[in-house]
Amino acid sequence: MRWTELVIFVVLFGVVTVMGFVAAKWKAGGSLDHLDEWGLGGRKFGSWITWFLIGGDVYTAYTFVAVPALMFSAGAAGFFALPYTVILYPLAFMPLLRIWSVSRAKGYVTPADFVRGRYGSSVLALLVAITGIVATMPYIALQLVGLEAVLRTLGLNGSGLVGHLPLLIAFVILAVYTYQSGLRAPALIAFVKDILVYVVIIVAVVYLPIKLGGWGEIFQAADEKFKATPAPGDGILLNANNQLQYATLALGSALALFLYPHSLTGVLASRGRNVIKRNMSALPAYSLLLGLLALLGFVAIAAGTKPLINQATGNPDTNTIIPNLFAGQFPAWFAGVAFAAIGIGALVPAAIMSIAAANLWTRNIYKEYFRRDATPKQEAKQAKLASLVVKFGAVAFVLFIDPQFSIDLQLIGGVMILQTLPAVAIALYTRWFHIWGLVGGWIAGMGWGMIMLYNIPSADGKRKHFGASALKLGELNLFGWHPFGGSTVQIYVGFVALVTNLVVAVLITVVARRFKVFNGIDQTEPADYHVDEDSAKLRPVGAH
Amino acid sequence: MTQPGHSGLRWSSWNLLLLLPLGLLITPIFNRTGPALFGLPFYYWFQLAGVAVGVLATSVVFAKTKDKPTAPPPGPDRDVDTLDEGAGA
Repeated sequence: MRWTELVIFVVLFGVVTVMGFVAAKWKAGGSLDHLDEWGLGGRKFGSWITWFLIGGDVYTAYTFVAVPALMFSAGAAGFFALPYTVILYPLAFMPLLRIWSVSRAKGYVTPADFVRGRYGSSVLALLVAITGIVATMPYIALQLVGLEAVLRTLGLNGSGLVGHLPLLIAFVILAVYTYQSGLRAPALIAFVKDILVYVVIIVAVVYLPIKLGGWGEIFQAADEKFKATPAPGDGILLNANNQLQYATLALGSALALFLYPHSLTGVLASRGRNVIKRNMSALPAYSLLLGLLALLGFVAIAAGTKPLINQATGNPDTNTIIPNLFAGQFPAWFAGVAFAAIGIGALVPAAIMSIAAANLWTRNIYKEYFRRDATPKQEAKQAKLASLVVKFGAVAFVLFIDPQFSIDLQLIGGVMILQTLPAVAIALYTRWFHIWGLVGGWIAGMGWGMIMLYNIPSADGKRKHFGASALKLGELNLFGWHPFGGSTVQIYVGFVALVTNLVVAVLITVVARRFKVFNGIDQTEPADYHVDEDSAKLRPVGAH
Repeated sequence: MTQPGHSGLRWSSWNLLLLLPLGLLITPIFNRTGPALFGLPFYYWFQLAGVAVGVLATSVVFAKTKDKPTAPPPGPDRDVDTLDEGAGA
């Protein structure tokens, strides 16, 4: 047991817990009995809060643990997280402004709300909502995996259910204050989380290389390690086979990120378009941080860090690399701060994700199919309950199922959420696609994406299915035809699935338009996409 | 009827700058070790420098498209504004 670290961790966790409960009264608007308030914090967050909130939401504990772990085991390929988070903001800049405006004008809370309004189709909205919920659930579970990696490094590495107890306690606390305070809780906690994370990583990337003889030495150690392993895909540079995978994975991940309901929640909670524009320039500060953090995977190699054996599964857990590096290289008190940063880093996104999933359930399933006449108050009540269900569902995932399953599901989730791009992102610009084209494209992209993922074994060959998201082009199989037969070049499955989705959507749209099939009613007007905080006749927030 | 200011899309050539960071997807440009900077191989510091390019792109687009109203005020309001400006002149 590492007592110093544990005490600091518990103290900081306590501070954050108090903040979570106090948050309900922070910048309080009307009552919390409305999704605009509980689920979107009153739609009035300024530039700073939004920066902390989206930063705290996108750069999760799992990211902080998994990206360096990937660098540790695979090398250069793990660095894709950097180009991904660099191209993300320029790509999202314009579509986010449009979706913010139309959501503000029409009172939309979720991406599926927008699809419902744009196409007047509850089927399409349901598909988008279900995709969002299913893709988000394993993501919440992964936050627990990140939190548990820290708890186990702290010495709370018990076996069986007792081993999971600290995690359970942390999550019950989180669930209760999220229930009470809504989005305001993670927004306030994000300040603490992000400041801690910045301090820890900046200290780590300055202090550790000096201690270990400089970056030159570190890269040499990494190079030697990768040259010594039999695996062909690793190394400090990309090889001929994984460059296309690197680029398509970065692009696909960037396109997917703001389709995740929780990322959009942070955007919709902001006050106006200028807040979003400023943040598109300010959020890359986190990307720089992530890039530096990724390099800590190599620092761990140079420092000779070994992954901890997880007592619950009996396997070495590479996700413990970074916590173990901190424990081995930092003085105890600072390691405690670092662990708290990662631990609190799990709470913020987990809270936002559960709120986003709860919003989707309430707005697009409960209200659409169970209680059409639900009042805003009933909606808020339902969402609060749903957020509890979602969180305990995620805990059950970690307790009763191999954590590997969450990681697999998250891999699948990225491919899935990408399939909502035509219905959400493209629909922001044009209604050319036909409802049935979008539905058909979704089915095709989703179906084929899952088949491709199912057939990919893991790199070490231990698992036959859902092993990775990199598909060898030679194995691309179009009804028995292999267009790139024999090629060992890899590509991101999500990218192939998205192209499939678009092709099918175009084909069906052309046919449906030819036969003049009814294409729903658009409740939005062109001017809605340009509404700003100072526009005249703005829809009141939290109106009953 | 669709008025000119009410079309759903608005175009500014500055927006093309947002495509610049996509250069980070062309891996052959930077998939090499030299020249190193502070011990970091080219591959790593080049991509880290990409962060600055991304920030520059979004900042310039923000600055250059800021002064234009994102949505022209609806018909009647615009008339009132014109009247006010006329009265002030």
